[in-house]
Order: sequence, then structure tokens, then C-alpha cells
Amino acid sequence: MPLYLTDDQAMLRDTAKSFMAEEGAIAKQLRHWRDKNCKDGFGHGLWKQFAELGFNGILIDEADGGLGLGHVEAGIVLEEIGRNLTPSPFLVSAVAFVEALKGTAARERWFPGIIAGDTVAALALDEGPKHRPEGIEMRAERSGNGFSLTGRKQFVVQGASADVTLVAAQTDEGLTLFAVEKGANGLEVEGVRLADSSIGARLTFDNVTVDADAVIGEVGGGAEILDRALNAGRTGAAAELVGVGSASMDMTVDYLKQRKQFGKLIGEFQALQFRAAHLYSELEIARAATLKAQQLLDEGSAEADAMVSVAKAKAGRTSQLAVQEGVQMHGGIGMTDEYDIGLYMKRDRVLNELFGDSAYHADRLARMKGY
Amino acid sequence: MTDLESFRSETRAWLEANCPPEMREPMRDESDACWGGRNPVFKNEAQKNWLEVMAERGWTVPDWPRDYGGGGLSPAETKILRQEMARINARNPLMSFGISMLGPALLKYGNEEQKKLYLNQIARGEIRWCQGYSEPGAGSDLASLQTKCEDKGDHWLVNGQKVWTSYADKADWIFCLVRTDFQAPKHQGISFLLFDMASPGVSTKPILLISGYSPFCETFMDDVQVPKDQLVGELNKGWDVAKYLLGHEREMISGMGLGGQSGSLGEAFGDILADDPLLRADIARFDVDTMAFRAMSEKFIDELKAGQTHPAQPSMMKYAGTELNKARHELVMAAGGSNALEWESVRSNKGKNAREWLRTKANSIEGGTSEVQLGIVAKRILELPGA
Repeated sequence: MPLYLTDDQAMLRDTAKSFMAEEGAIAKQLRHWRDKNCKDGFGHGLWKQFAELGFNGILIDEADGGLGLGHVEAGIVLEEIGRNLTPSPFLVSAVAFVEALKGTAARERWFPGIIAGDTVAALALDEGPKHRPEGIEMRAERSGNGFSLTGRKQFVVQGASADVTLVAAQTDEGLTLFAVEKGANGLEVEGVRLADSSIGARLTFDNVTVDADAVIGEVGGGAEILDRALNAGRTGAAAELVGVGSASMDMTVDYLKQRKQFGKLIGEFQALQFRAAHLYSELEIARAATLKAQQLLDEGSAEADAMVSVAKAKAGRTSQLAVQEGVQMHGGIGMTDEYDIGLYMKRDRVLNELFGDSAYHADRLARMKGY
Repeated sequence: MTDLESFRSETRAWLEANCPPEMREPMRDESDACWGGRNPVFKNEAQKNWLEVMAERGWTVPDWPRDYGGGGLSPAETKILRQEMARINARNPLMSFGISMLGPALLKYGNEEQKKLYLNQIARGEIRWCQGYSEPGAGSDLASLQTKCEDKGDHWLVNGQKVWTSYADKADWIFCLVRTDFQAPKHQGISFLLFDMASPGVSTKPILLISGYSPFCETFMDDVQVPKDQLVGELNKGWDVAKYLLGHEREMISGMGLGGQSGSLGEAFGDILADDPLLRADIARFDVDTMAFRAMSEKFIDELKAGQTHPAQPSMMKYAGTELNKARHELVMAAGGSNALEWESVRSNKGKNAREWLRTKANSIEGGTSEVQLGIVAKRILELPGA
């Protein structure tokens, strides 16, 4: 398969691009909900609009009411989300959560609501400030016909407004995933506003009991499902980062063509030209790595695991470069809340941490390569 | 089975039957490459056979038209051939500036007679070409070149000097930028000329580099007479040909950033890295960059074949690929420690690591410096003012 978008994918990109630039724009969504101090941090109306366009079912099989498309298509939507900093449950609910439930009985319970834009799902994985899914310690003990969960989770994106949260915990049989519904007894949810004004949550589980049918897949079979969900989430986050970085670069290059100092457009200065050109080069590479990871996932290739980490690490570092250069080259105006470039810097920071930062993924790649 | 699937299985079977085992071993160094030419030097019979069977099939230049010695393959078939060759680690049968640089320029700008004659020779590896571009006073500012070419009625008369001519002392012919109009603005007085290095008045002198090797020469032209039909494209419009060819040269050089088959540098140094967490981290980050660039190269080639690339994209590829290759060799030296410093010992294969490390420093200079490439990207892709 050639490493560029097919005609159908290019059409989807055009649709997503114009929709997100219009309906998902910063003034209409991010700033609007932030300035209202919205407890969800996103608009449910937009989530319904996503559903009407079919976005929410991109990764869901046609037999289950979705579009039966792949990670390339999900990434197309995410890149536009990144460009516009559009707050939405798409990455966690329609990509990572959906991927976890694929092929399990639980999909019948949850997919219809996601496809319709009525249901919001979250993933509760991290237990400390860094993403360390290999070290999950939270316990789930057998209780009645189900399990009792006790422990803490943090950085649960959309955790404050989720109808269902996928929780990773250890059982005697090994890592297991549970679908815990909103309002479960013993579940305390503390919504926390993050630097980018999205809402994460800290969850405290105190003997939260769930039925056996809350188990996603098999008891003790969570690691494999989690890998699948994380591959999807990481690749999706990489695509969103490419969008964040690209929009930052475009804004910055435009600014270099407008701002005059010393009687010249500052874009005439070679010191800035070289940095902008280097950034362009890095973004092209990050986009290629991300598309490659998406294609390998869609092909079910054994090489996908490594490429997913390459994509997340590369897109993360590149987007970080883009927002840092963006604020610096904008000068004083880049430090103001009124100007959008700073919002990109905040979103980049959150996306870099989500599902593992670039150091985590470089290390993961090294381990896969045996060093 | 689709046509492409059957092409793949036929190609796989043919390579299996025709690629000698010796040609599936990785090349130890540059001297293992086959360059062809009028007086070809083959390391062994296998190398000679491999070139012959591939040239016979047109697969030294698989995507060139059959009339010019190519294989006439589509982009998709060419990609499959490369994948199948990579699968068995088959060596490139022919290293050639004719294939990577002159050929594409002739395909676009040459007349029918020139294409028939020169492209067939290139495809079969019969003539080894060198590139006469840089001059002592024309490096990054290439268009200021001064080699003089006069119209003497029945021939051109060439006088001047070129420098950094790769393997000029081993080449049979040269593609050379010459000035045919000294009055016109600098870009509009240049022509693109081909001539035999055995012509009277041509001489070469190797330049000793910091690596201890001499891959480059000075080339002197002293009253060299060149037949009139050896000018490519229009008189005084050679800069168009030159730029087009530079795009292909940059593509070729960008491939250097890819390293070996797996793309992982850390794999080779596992033991040393276990005790050196900071070096391990540097190499892990480098492996991320390499694998990402590998995807970029694949995407670039796919887009190129589909006619979707920005014309200045080779500059970005050249910049990124050469900077990556320099970084690779810095890390190879760091991981090798004092072993990698040995310069002459048999143990070190005559200082292979150190000499290659030094050689790579030219990557971001030759074919246009990194700074030149960044300037091109800034001007032509980002459309920044005054660049």
C-alpha cells in the first residue's frame, strides 16, 4: 500500500478539515467551554455532530453499526482535531475504548451509544504521575459473582463526565479490564482541570463491586486487550500531535510574513528561516511515521508495535518543538492569553503525557529491539 | 491472484534463481560496490554475473522505458522489485551516477539520439560517469561557475577547472556545467555538456581528505574539444537541467540516513549500552528518528512516483537524511569507544569506523549544504520573504 492517502481518505480529510475548522474552531469550542468553566470541558452538541457525520463509528465494524474503517481514517479526524484544539471525547471514546471492546461481548452494550454520540467513555490506567501500564497495582478481588475493586487512578481523560470507564486492575489471574459505570457505589470522582483546560479526573475506588459481565474479554486476559487499546490510543494521539504541531507551524510561518522589525519582515531573517525550515522537515517526518504506524495497525502487521512507539515519540517531540518555536517566534504576543499559539503549547504538553511521553516510547522501542 | 501478486511471486522466484549467494552478503565497504565502466573492476565472478543478468532484464533501471535499456516497470512493480531484493538482502547490482543523476535529467531534457545512446550505456553499466559541477569559486553559489565553453563552429572548446568531482580519476565521461554566455545574468549563461574524460586536455588530480581517502578530484579542462551534439537541452538553459539533476542527487544522498536493514542502531551495541544509560538513551532516540525517517523515505518515494511531491521536497529529504547519517556515525564512534579510534589495524578493518565517520561530514556539504537546503525549503515551500 502506498504511503499516502487514498482518494476516499482524501475525501474524508476534506470533510473533517472543513467541519472542524467551522464547528470545532477554537473560539466556538475550546475558549467557549473554558470561559464558561464547563465541568466536562467539551460540548455534548459537538459530540452528537461527530456522530451524525459517522466519525464515532469509524473503527467499529459495519456489522455493529459502524463504518468499518481503520486507524488511518481515525487519524485523519484526529489531525484536524489537533489543528483546531477541538475538545471532544473522540480519542478516548471512539478510538481507544472502542478498540478495547472490539470482539468482546461488551461491545453490544456500549457501541450503540458511542455511535449515536450519547455515550462518553474513559480509560483509567495511570496510578502515578507518569504512564506506566506495566506497573499497574490496583487490585480486583473476586466477590459474589463478580469483583470488588479498590485503588486509585489519575489522568483519566473525560473521567468526570464518562458514562463508562475502562479500569485496568490486577486479579489472581493477571491484569484484567473492567467496564465500570457512572455512579457506581464506592467510586469517588474528582474532576480536575488540566493546563489545557480539558478535564481529567482522579478516581478513588473503595470496594466498588461489579458483576462478572463487567469484565472485558477474559479474566486475566487484560494485557493483550490493553495493548490493542493503547496501540490505537497512542497512534491516535500521535495524529492529534501532528495536527497540533502543523497548526502551530502554519500560524508561526504566517506571523513571520506579517511582523516587521528593523524595517523588514522578520521572515526575511535567515536565523528564523532556518529554524522554520527545520521544523517543516521534522513535521513531515512525524506525519510519515504516524501514517506508517496507522497503516501497519490496519494491516495487522507484527511491525506495528514498534512503529506505534516511533510515531508517538516522534510526533511528541516534533509537536513540542513546533509549539516552543511558535511561542518564541511570536515574541511577546505569544505569551498572551488572547493569542491562540499559547493554547497549542498547553495542548501539546497534555498530549505528550497521554499514553506515554517520548522518553517512555524511545525506551519501549529500545526494549523491543533488545537493548 | 492479481497481476501485482503474480508479479511478486515471479520476481521472487527469478531473484531466488539468479541472485548469487555472494551478492546477498552485506557490502563491507564502498570498495565492494560495482561501478561498471569501460574498464570495469569486478571483485569476483558473482558480481559480474549479477550485473549481467540484472542489466539483461532491464532491472538496473527497472522503471526506465525498455527502449532505453530499462525494465519498463510501473511504480507499483518497481516497489515490489525493491522489496523482494531487500527481502533476500540482494545488493544493488550497479552503483552509478548515470542512474541516479544523469539518467533522469536525460529522460527529461535529452533528445532522442542522446537518450538512445547514453541511457542504454548507463543501464548496462558500460560507461561510468562523473559530475562536473563545483568550481574553486563556485560552491554554494554554484551558478557563479566560470568554466568557459566557446562555440568554434564544428565543436565546443572548453577551458576551466572543476573541483569535488567524485571519482573523476575513475570515470569514463563527465556531465559538466559550463558557461556559454559571460554577458547574461549568471543563471542564464550556463549550458549542460557531456564529454569523454579521455579527450585531450582533460586531467584529474585526487584530493586527500580527512578520512585519508581520495574519493574526490580536481578536474582540469585545457582546450578540450567537444562534438557539437553533446550539449543537452537548449544552449544557455543548462541551469534548468542542472537544478533538475540536483533534485535527483539530493534524493540519492538522502538515502544515506537509512542505515542497515532493520533500522535499529541499538541492536548492534546491546552489551555496551547496558552499562551506559545515557548513551543508551541517545541511541534509543536516534532509533526513533531513523525509523521515522525510514517511513518518510518510503512516503517520499511513493509520492514521487505518483507525482504528488513538492518540487523542493528533495531539499528537505537531503537535509534530514544527511544530518541523520552524521548523527549515526557520531553514535557509532561513541559506542565503539577507543576500539573505533584505531586507524590502520587489521582488527579495525583499517579504521573503517573512524574513516566513515569522517567521510559523513561531507554529506551535509556535497550536493548543496544543509544551509542551502534549509534556504530552499524556506523560500520555495514555506514561501518566506526575501529568502
